[in-house]
Amino acid sequence: MAASDAPNGDVLIRNAFGSVLAFLILLLIGVLAFSIRLFSVIKYESVIHEFDPYFNYRVTQFLTKNGIYDFWNWFDDRTWYPLGRVIGGTVYPGLTLTAGTLYWFLHSLNIPLSVETVCVFTAPIFSAFASWATFLLTKEVKGVGAGLTAAALLAMVPSYISRSVAGSYDNEAVAIFALIFTFYLYIKTLNTGSLFYATLNSLSYFYMVCSWGGYTFIINLIPMHVLLCIVTGRYSSRLYIAYAPLVVLGTLLAALVPVVGFNAVMTSEHFASFLVFIIIHVVALVYYIKGILSPKMFKVALALVVSIGLAVCCAMVAVIIALVASSPTKGWSGRSLSLLDPTYASKYIPIIASVSEHQPPTWPSYFMDINVLAFLIPAGIIACFSPLSDASLFAVLYIVLSVYFSGVMVRLMLVLAPAACILSGIALSQAFDVFTRSIKFQLPSLSDHSHIDARDASSENIVPDDTIKTDKSEDTPKERMTKRSKKKEKEPVEKPPTKFQIKKRLSVLPFEASIIAVILLVLLVAFYVVHCVWAAAEAYSAPSIVLTSHSNDGLHVFDDFREAYAWLSHNTDVDDKVASWWDYGYQTTAMANRTVIVDNNTWNNTHIATVGTAMSSPEKAAWEIFHSLDVKYVLVVFGGLVGYPSDDINKFLWMVRIGGGVFPHIKEPDYLRDGQYRIDSMATPTMLNCLMYKLSYYRFVETDGKAFDRVRRTEIGKKYFKLTHFEEVFTTHHWMVRIYKLKPPKNRIRGKNKKSKSKTSSTTTSKRKGTRRNPF
Amino acid sequence: MEEQPHFRVPLSLLLFLSLFLLPTSFSSTHDLQILNAERRIDLTSHIIKVYLTLKVENLGTSPASEVHLAFSPAEAEHLAIVKAAATSGKRKKKTYIPLDVKSAELPDGPNGTKFFTVTLLTSLNKGETATLEVLYILTHSLEPFPVEITQSESQLVYFRDSAILLSPYHVKEQTTFIKTPSTRVESFTVVDPAKRAGTELKYGPYEDQPPYSYSPVLVHFENNNPFAVVEELEREIEISHWGNVQVTERYRLVHAGARHKGAFSRVEYQTRPDATGVSSFKHLLAKLPPKVHSVYYRDEIGNVSTSNLRTDYRKSELEFQPRYPLFGGWKSTFVIGYGLPLQDFLFESPDGRRYLNFTFGCPLTQTVVDKLILKVVLPEGSKDPTAVIPFQVDQHLEIKYSYLDVIGRTVVVLEKSNVVPEHNVPFQVYYTFNPIFMLAEPLMLSIAIFLFFVASVSYLHADLSIRK
Repeated sequence: MAASDAPNGDVLIRNAFGSVLAFLILLLIGVLAFSIRLFSVIKYESVIHEFDPYFNYRVTQFLTKNGIYDFWNWFDDRTWYPLGRVIGGTVYPGLTLTAGTLYWFLHSLNIPLSVETVCVFTAPIFSAFASWATFLLTKEVKGVGAGLTAAALLAMVPSYISRSVAGSYDNEAVAIFALIFTFYLYIKTLNTGSLFYATLNSLSYFYMVCSWGGYTFIINLIPMHVLLCIVTGRYSSRLYIAYAPLVVLGTLLAALVPVVGFNAVMTSEHFASFLVFIIIHVVALVYYIKGILSPKMFKVALALVVSIGLAVCCAMVAVIIALVASSPTKGWSGRSLSLLDPTYASKYIPIIASVSEHQPPTWPSYFMDINVLAFLIPAGIIACFSPLSDASLFAVLYIVLSVYFSGVMVRLMLVLAPAACILSGIALSQAFDVFTRSIKFQLPSLSDHSHIDARDASSENIVPDDTIKTDKSEDTPKERMTKRSKKKEKEPVEKPPTKFQIKKRLSVLPFEASIIAVILLVLLVAFYVVHCVWAAAEAYSAPSIVLTSHSNDGLHVFDDFREAYAWLSHNTDVDDKVASWWDYGYQTTAMANRTVIVDNNTWNNTHIATVGTAMSSPEKAAWEIFHSLDVKYVLVVFGGLVGYPSDDINKFLWMVRIGGGVFPHIKEPDYLRDGQYRIDSMATPTMLNCLMYKLSYYRFVETDGKAFDRVRRTEIGKKYFKLTHFEEVFTTHHWMVRIYKLKPPKNRIRGKNKKSKSKTSSTTTSKRKGTRRNPF
Repeated sequence: MEEQPHFRVPLSLLLFLSLFLLPTSFSSTHDLQILNAERRIDLTSHIIKVYLTLKVENLGTSPASEVHLAFSPAEAEHLAIVKAAATSGKRKKKTYIPLDVKSAELPDGPNGTKFFTVTLLTSLNKGETATLEVLYILTHSLEPFPVEITQSESQLVYFRDSAILLSPYHVKEQTTFIKTPSTRVESFTVVDPAKRAGTELKYGPYEDQPPYSYSPVLVHFENNNPFAVVEELEREIEISHWGNVQVTERYRLVHAGARHKGAFSRVEYQTRPDATGVSSFKHLLAKLPPKVHSVYYRDEIGNVSTSNLRTDYRKSELEFQPRYPLFGGWKSTFVIGYGLPLQDFLFESPDGRRYLNFTFGCPLTQTVVDKLILKVVLPEGSKDPTAVIPFQVDQHLEIKYSYLDVIGRTVVVLEKSNVVPEHNVPFQVYYTFNPIFMLAEPLMLSIAIFLFFVASVSYLHADLSIRK
């Protein structure tokens, strides 16, 4: 209020007031980002979610227990039996080290939080950081107002929530923060030309490389932006400072991460950055020569250089192509290739195609994951073009590329989310800017002032709108102050718009239209908030290891997975090997602490195919495969009793496909009747005799007398059968997990013919009889 | 030179004492006789309770104040508790006065017999009689046979004992009753007169048995009661003077009955609960103190949702299930935690010290704890802790660092093996505590935040640039 009393003075106090307010809003955004992700803890429990997080959790446990050096050298013999896995060299250590550091820090203060608690809450903490990084990035692009809006949008964008709810302890949780922060530092360097920020940028890039394989997105996007800047004649020394240190330092640092290592210079994902590195040097040289030569001499030199340069370039291109062709992964890894050609994976690599998050997204998933932002993005792009700066050009490029990538793989929707938030933030901020300026301009009482006030104030206005609605409504009195206090804050940051002042003064909209538009925009944002809260609470909070269902007689909890894992961990020998489909590998090692054959780190296709083959083979052949792998227990997930759809029978075709890819005697058509996958009486004999069918439906008929499968909604084809080579040792309460033990091999006393005969006869007798016969 | 008298005094004292003690012990072993001994052995659960009623008479001339109880080495190994009480009065107005029971060494015990000494209230003069009630509890004394059973079989166990009471005294008349959980008794050793009626086996009456008579018997019977054994229980009781007592109990539970053999069929277990898995158990009951709050039940991989808490003003009962039904030999681990109001458990003694009054033992009903570790975490800054417990336990102190501790909290660790529900008696931990320590952590935090603000202010006001 003091500020309004002295309209021309007291800039300092206004600035201070504005930054305090912005700080407060940011703090609230951080709280919002953190707390909206706690639905999973409140509705379920503080527990690690899904599959991959269990692996990360286990690695973190190892790290906190054994220290960092043992971690780098950790050879894990609990997985991929008998091959094992070098964890230190094959894991992105960023997330684990982050949580480990957090854990050590807390314990140095004698705060005895468990590793699990730290891991559960790492993702929400980092999403608060990510929203602050978004603020910084958008502030560099379009000023504080847009920054706050974008930060508020990102704090609750469903796409990001889906990967960062409390308990979702996955690489993406910290990687998105690292991604945005790296972009921020790049833009900051670009805007300031400071080598300090450039160094920070490469450190941040290093953190990103540590955290997630998605770092290749950065190392391709930034060169593209640089190239675009050069092509559009925006080359400057700032651009050079922003880019060259990043490539040199960043590549050196990236090569330090064991999982990346020499890939940082040898795989084609990184070649774009080196190419642009060369180009920017050529351009820098040209600019330098242009500076020291007279225009006439320069033209001569240009002609000379272009003719020689063209030849050199051709040679270079040839070298690069040769390098690409000779690099170890034949240029591009499978996942990257499927980025360029969306149909690549499903055509050639069933193991990639079998993962649902590698499928292309559907249209509804866009609406689900970024909601109204999808409509605001085009407006944001337009806003970025008025005026176009290096930074806003980057924003545009970022959105265009991420839209493409998200269209390829549903998992990369996550990369789209920050871009969508940034551009929507810009769009909303600019829209409010225009409308509130129009309103303010036409309000007689307030028309004494310069329009700059109105413009800046308006961009501030919307942020409290967001935060208030979702969070707390205590800020309303302060909102008034924003109008006065925040205005000067932005001026030093944002220089370009000053020359558009005159234009903007002219573009005043009708008063009523502006008011209606503002109301509509507020409604739009409100809808977004409601959707986000719903998505966070209902859609993305389920931990997937414990399921609940509501029925007439209250809440039902299906805790079968943990029941089975707990049983395995307490009642089997510590060195027993458990075979299951690879989905459950991480959970088995983490929760049951038993050795598994394959797990979610699908690095060895043959090994997975072996398990797939065993599951698709008849009992005896399967027993032989498992026995050769030293397997003691086989675990299958069966949803037929309670109607849990993502069980092994539904995944079975992938086992057949992956198994058949390596062992051609497994043929997919054998399991299909007229191209249809079915398990009822019409199913093929191969299907009805394969191990997966038998293990899933063993004695299932005794539950209801009809053997009605609630997932497939049909009665099963073969109801009464005995197991000859396996015995049921545990089935969970709702039958969701069934564990079988391999029977010990038969004594080889008699001749081979007789043995096989006795075996066939014993198929009809009960297993007890078989074992009893042995001593005689 | 000067030390010689020092030596002489204890030596002479020892001689004098031994002279004084020996006749009394001789007199007590040889001059006492047991007129009537009645033993009731309760085998209904896996915790074997033996109620022994002894009518003792002094035949000797000197007064006897101690009565010895003898146990075979196998019994002594599994003996959890021995309690004795003197009875007086007739049937209706019978009163029990607890007596002191101590482990004792007697020179003439054959084959490693272990002794306990019961100190009588008043010593017995010549010809006087006294009636003693003795309760002793044996754990791990039922041996499953067959050792492994399938899901459909029921559990049979062996119980070994003597038909005749092992005693250092002459026993004039004695009877032993053995109560089995069901009428199914496969076999029992016959020592005439012995007979079986329903769930009761009767050995005796036997007359005029000399000291240390022993007649081994073997009873083979069905016992399908849950053999719930906690291999290790760690109870941590953390006192906060801000008003809460937080208890964390870490269990390692095992079914100690006949091992499960072969397949576990869920369909049979679910459709025919009476016929299969009769010796398995899935429900457990923990009796918690009243006014319990924030109860949780979880294990190392997360919350276990199968639990039910009933509270009223006298007691709280937590009924819960492990993640899976426990068959013979199956194990499970879990953690139960709860908070309790401080004023119910922490008191101030007349000398100004504070003491925690809490229940020893395991809250689970009908379980044996092989090893109980009870940790009382005192608030930071407490001094001179002493624990007062009515029976022998191992004690030592530890230091624990919890939330923002600087000097650490003193932990009184009490360890006892072979704990049965009869050990659930109150114990006290005394300590001195200055309430000013309660403010240490809030003050520390305030100072840290204050310093942070000071640092921020000074950073904002300082000009650190090199160029002016």
